[in-house]
Amino acid sequence: MTASTPAAARTRRQHHTDELRFLTCGSVDDGKSTLIGRLLYESKLLPSDHLAALEADSRRAGTRGGELDFALLVDGLAAEREQGITIDVAYRFFATERRRFVVADTPGHEQYTRNMVTGASNAEAAVVLLDARTGVLTQTRRHARLLALLGIRHVALAVNKLDLVGYSRSVFEKISGQFREFAAGIGLDDVTCIPTSAVHGDNVTARSDATPWYGGPTLLGWLESVEPAAASGGPARFLVQWVNRPEPGFRGYSGQVVRGRLRRGDRVRVAPGNIEATVGRIVTMDGDLDEATRGMATTVMLDDDVDVSRGDVLAAAGDPVDTATAFQAHLVWLDEREMLPGRQYLAKLGASTVGLTVETPKYRVDVDSGNHLPARTLRRDEIAVANVHLDTEVAYEPYRTASELGSFIVLDRLGNATAGAGMIDFALRRSATVRWQSVTVDKNARSARNGHRPCVVWFTGLSGAGKSTIADLVEKALHAQGRHTFLLDGDNVRHGLNKDLGFTDADRVENIRRIGEVAALMVDAGLIVLASFISPFRQERALARGLVEPGEFCEVHVDAPLEHVERRDPKGLYARARRGELANFTGIDSPYEPPERPEIRLDTTALTAEQAAEEVLARLRETGVLRGS
Amino acid sequence: MRRAHLDRLEAESIDIFREAAAESERPVLLYSIGKDSSVLLHLARKAFYPSLPPFPLLHVDTTWKFREMIVFRDATARNMGMELIVHRNPECVAAGINPFDHGSATHTDLWKTQGLRQAMEEHRFDLAFGGARRDEEASRAKERVFSFRNAGHRWDARHQRPELWRLYNARTGPGESIRVFPLSNWTELDVWYYIERERIPIVPLYFAAERPVVERDGVLIMVDDDRMPLDAGEEPQLRTVRFRTLGCYPLTGAVCSDATTVPEIIAEMRATTTSERHGRVIDHDRAGSMERKKQEGYF
Repeated sequence: MTASTPAAARTRRQHHTDELRFLTCGSVDDGKSTLIGRLLYESKLLPSDHLAALEADSRRAGTRGGELDFALLVDGLAAEREQGITIDVAYRFFATERRRFVVADTPGHEQYTRNMVTGASNAEAAVVLLDARTGVLTQTRRHARLLALLGIRHVALAVNKLDLVGYSRSVFEKISGQFREFAAGIGLDDVTCIPTSAVHGDNVTARSDATPWYGGPTLLGWLESVEPAAASGGPARFLVQWVNRPEPGFRGYSGQVVRGRLRRGDRVRVAPGNIEATVGRIVTMDGDLDEATRGMATTVMLDDDVDVSRGDVLAAAGDPVDTATAFQAHLVWLDEREMLPGRQYLAKLGASTVGLTVETPKYRVDVDSGNHLPARTLRRDEIAVANVHLDTEVAYEPYRTASELGSFIVLDRLGNATAGAGMIDFALRRSATVRWQSVTVDKNARSARNGHRPCVVWFTGLSGAGKSTIADLVEKALHAQGRHTFLLDGDNVRHGLNKDLGFTDADRVENIRRIGEVAALMVDAGLIVLASFISPFRQERALARGLVEPGEFCEVHVDAPLEHVERRDPKGLYARARRGELANFTGIDSPYEPPERPEIRLDTTALTAEQAAEEVLARLRETGVLRGS
Repeated sequence: MRRAHLDRLEAESIDIFREAAAESERPVLLYSIGKDSSVLLHLARKAFYPSLPPFPLLHVDTTWKFREMIVFRDATARNMGMELIVHRNPECVAAGINPFDHGSATHTDLWKTQGLRQAMEEHRFDLAFGGARRDEEASRAKERVFSFRNAGHRWDARHQRPELWRLYNARTGPGESIRVFPLSNWTELDVWYYIERERIPIVPLYFAAERPVVERDGVLIMVDDDRMPLDAGEEPQLRTVRFRTLGCYPLTGAVCSDATTVPEIIAEMRATTTSERHGRVIDHDRAGSMERKKQEGYF
């Protein structure tokens, strides 16, 4: 195959040396897919078979009256073409002679916050599109707010479809002025406004004759000139991902320089912890290095014999990294299942995965207006500011300082979904100053005197299934044997400790969290705690289980079908719930998640309360909770 | 010329390898012998050096690969000192599934898609590295770097885990698995530049040489062994050809080329105007065929 003239042109275009990752935001109606399609097309990198497919598709779709419909290049999945919508984030590639580009294309309508935040998290610049006929809309402000939230510093506003307003300079300048003023107010200070028509190609890759009054860059010119993030500023931070031990004599730490630069001979402090060491070698397969700069993946050996694990950060000793267990953070919720304060989640931060709980949000941010709204929970696509607590100390930096150590994702413990994304504002110091008081008379000492082991017997099930009746019989029998017991009952607890809580999902989580903590204290006191609560959610029962030691928790599923308990309805509650007088009633309009592997399952349609109580007592004897009986 | 973007792509891929290996119980590298697999393996070695990559190589064989691919595969595993697992779907072996009698779609589904599922389950792998790139095909543009597969190995485009920053979610439940694509952000040209810069060995079939081919429906098919049925009067011609991608020889089209070195291939790449999957017969079967295959568990 011989080189032809267009091929020679392409050869010149391929001498790019660096890379820019950017995000496009705007709706399909603004001409976004057409704009991206045109960038791909004009950079002359479309293979001829893709082009032939485009021509055929354009004819078939008939959207552009026989002309090429660039949008079809971008809308990839069959499901999308059928429905004429764009799902999720798509990544495209093109190159000029100066630079290689990765475009994250995010849809403007459905689940926009989730998708835009995802695309923006790895972008260095953004192109916001709007329709010149409609100007700055709520959607435009929403996009700008999310870019500011994610810390995108370089933004181009493409005032598109300018052909439909007669390439009017005054329309362009009015819209540009409005956007600049708004952007400056939310902290976006590097904004470039460009008059475009993606359909006709004006000012996309070549200057347009139709806008002689415009002296700024074309869109592609702007993309080629944006400076990505500063290379290696700030103190050294090296994130340890993997302990590298090929043989006894070699112990290295494989990871990435996420900030600053690391040199051989540097003193570093290992965080969390208080140990210092000296960088002995910086190892790569291509030979040792004298220094590693931001973004480089290497393996570091330390001169001193110190213990370093995955998730630790090696930081410049003269400017060490902070550690903490509690933060104020901006949270973006991504999952269908709402965020419930107090629920146990996991957080992945740097290379650490730790337990996480979220307090009730301080406020929710309305991305359309910027207003702060009250919130008790957080639904998908909502953004809030909240305090979060980790169960393990981690090295961190505020997101604005170093996003690599200031960002985290929230993981659901049961389904493993990526449920949320967080950005650390600052650490809360309070928890660090509250130390656990150690005591001499401990649980073992009490257990020895009591003649039985402490434990929690947790009765869960629908209202009216018989939990309290059975728990009461069990307690009476234990009391008669001289055991030390206490019965925590749902109705009683709600009169005092939890009288401020209602029956929303969020309040149910907090209700069980408090009861779990109280039960754990009573176990420390040496008691057999009988807890009788509907406790509808698996995760909160798992939480209560996690607060005591293994073997100290006995989950009892008091199991009766809904029809059965509803027919029985001892307190008349189901009837009221059916009449709509009681909201959020478990089994009616609030879910019950049955235990998957309870220690005991009691079928109360088949057993009498006495038989059920005897099963529980038998289990306590078998597992050694009750000695000498 | 120093290509800074290759350094960035390399570091990103190494980061992906380390995160995936650290967060999975039983990872495996799906080694398909092509140039992308060669780059993938090279990056894996860099990620864990001086240790060997902490996972075996898995080749899902169809018995219809080019012979040179198999020679190269075995030599590579031996030279790297890595464990190589070769899986051939026993049902396909028994039934003698081949592209001529059963069609390319059935052949590919049974040998590769079902074969991969069998191998993942047999060895209880919970994470598999693959060499797929987002620039290859429209449905791959939306694929995550860490792509979740349910216990039925299916990909659900509408319910993918959001992927933010470099914080990958590798968590799985019983039977579920993760496909990891360290080359997600590479283009075909990046792969070639990197092969050139790092001097990575690749199967000689990528370089032009005289090979016996027949032309069928405008596609040049190499007659790699005597299992290929020839039509009456059809006579293999010796032509100077090379391959842009490698797969089952009856399903892989050759291109006429004189490129015998990597720089010559790159020069040809820059001048060429067809995409690399063009030569693959399986992609043309039906519109959206890759998307459908991915949903069913194809890599």
